[in-house]
Amino acid sequence: MRVVLRNPRRELDMPAPRTVEQLLQNLDVVPESVLVIRNETLATRDERLTDDDVVEIRPVVSGGAV
Amino acid sequence: MKCRRCREPAVIELRRHNAAFCGDCFVHHTREQVRKAIHEFAMIQPGERVLVAVSGGKDSLGLWHLLRELGYDADGLYVGLGIGDYSDESGRYARDFATKIGGKLIEVDLPADYGFDVPDGARVAKRAPCSACGLSKRHIFNETAIAHGYDVLATGHNLDDEAAVLFGNVLRWETSYLGRQHPVLPAAPGFARKVKPLVRLGERELAAYCVLTNIDYIIEECPMAVGNKHLRYKEALNTIEEQSPGAKATFFLRFVERAQERFADEAAEERDDLRPCAQCGAPTPGDKRADAADPRTAQRGSQPICAFCRLQSRATRIPLRVAAHEDGP
Repeated sequence: MRVVLRNPRRELDMPAPRTVEQLLQNLDVVPESVLVIRNETLATRDERLTDDDVVEIRPVVSGGAV
Repeated sequence: MKCRRCREPAVIELRRHNAAFCGDCFVHHTREQVRKAIHEFAMIQPGERVLVAVSGGKDSLGLWHLLRELGYDADGLYVGLGIGDYSDESGRYARDFATKIGGKLIEVDLPADYGFDVPDGARVAKRAPCSACGLSKRHIFNETAIAHGYDVLATGHNLDDEAAVLFGNVLRWETSYLGRQHPVLPAAPGFARKVKPLVRLGERELAAYCVLTNIDYIIEECPMAVGNKHLRYKEALNTIEEQSPGAKATFFLRFVERAQERFADEAAEERDDLRPCAQCGAPTPGDKRADAADPRTAQRGSQPICAFCRLQSRATRIPLRVAAHEDGP
């Protein structure tokens, strides 16, 4: 499975964990702070992953000046 | 996971609402949250002209899209801040989006129109970059909204932004800031009405809305914001939210409902004390400490200089003009 990370953009190849939730746990990512986009479609936490997937973990936390 | 409304497969889960939605129902949910916020806080009246401050990011572009979808007469305002490639790129996203929706985009450029950029402003004023940036944006947003005759200035502050600001204000018990922290700041002499129609939506919802409605936005974070206090507060609140879904919404929305009013008098008193800036005419409390330290400022007596004009003067090394705006802009 290919995982695309942002800020800065980089890619990782890894064996697919069972679900999106497990992927986020393995990467120590707080689910509330990201969107997961699996093969260009938004994915929920319970979605199953396969080794053929491309999964983008897109941060949603932004902002400096308010 | 199934959509709560139509039982089709869900694409996003919102634990705070104990719900999941398919793409179409999520877009409906998002619009309804904005409609509800506008109605609940009487933000925009029918027929009013709205100026949306857009940065090229998900919140502001999403807001512009949502307001137009809801039928509002909304134009965009992009302020170039001179933050290197980041500003170039964010400006491209704002312009491309305006072209895509056929919207009017007003552009103001801090370096070209005011003679300095955010990195220089922060350096000479010994301010944090986000502080110089926020000060410049607030000034230019307000000035542009008034100059172009808009009824309302709308910004893309979302629930996460407001919860993080509230968190910071409570940590320091900034009571006058607490009195001003409301989804609507009414118009006053020299001030356009300011509204935050996204206060019922988290930033994860805004990002999902942009993905689902094909809004291209700048994903990279501003290089000057890395590690700032506001982002650390958001991180802390997201950790709490993970354990207690709905904590951020309860924290902010109940503050507005039950506590903000208790601090409003102090904020109102400060607003009553504002006088027109001797340089630009914008309402300002001036800077009493600066007046004491700088004889040139002190000579102006009752005519204060606003923080933006002081910043501009320091950054451009152009002395302040002595001008009087007795009646404001």
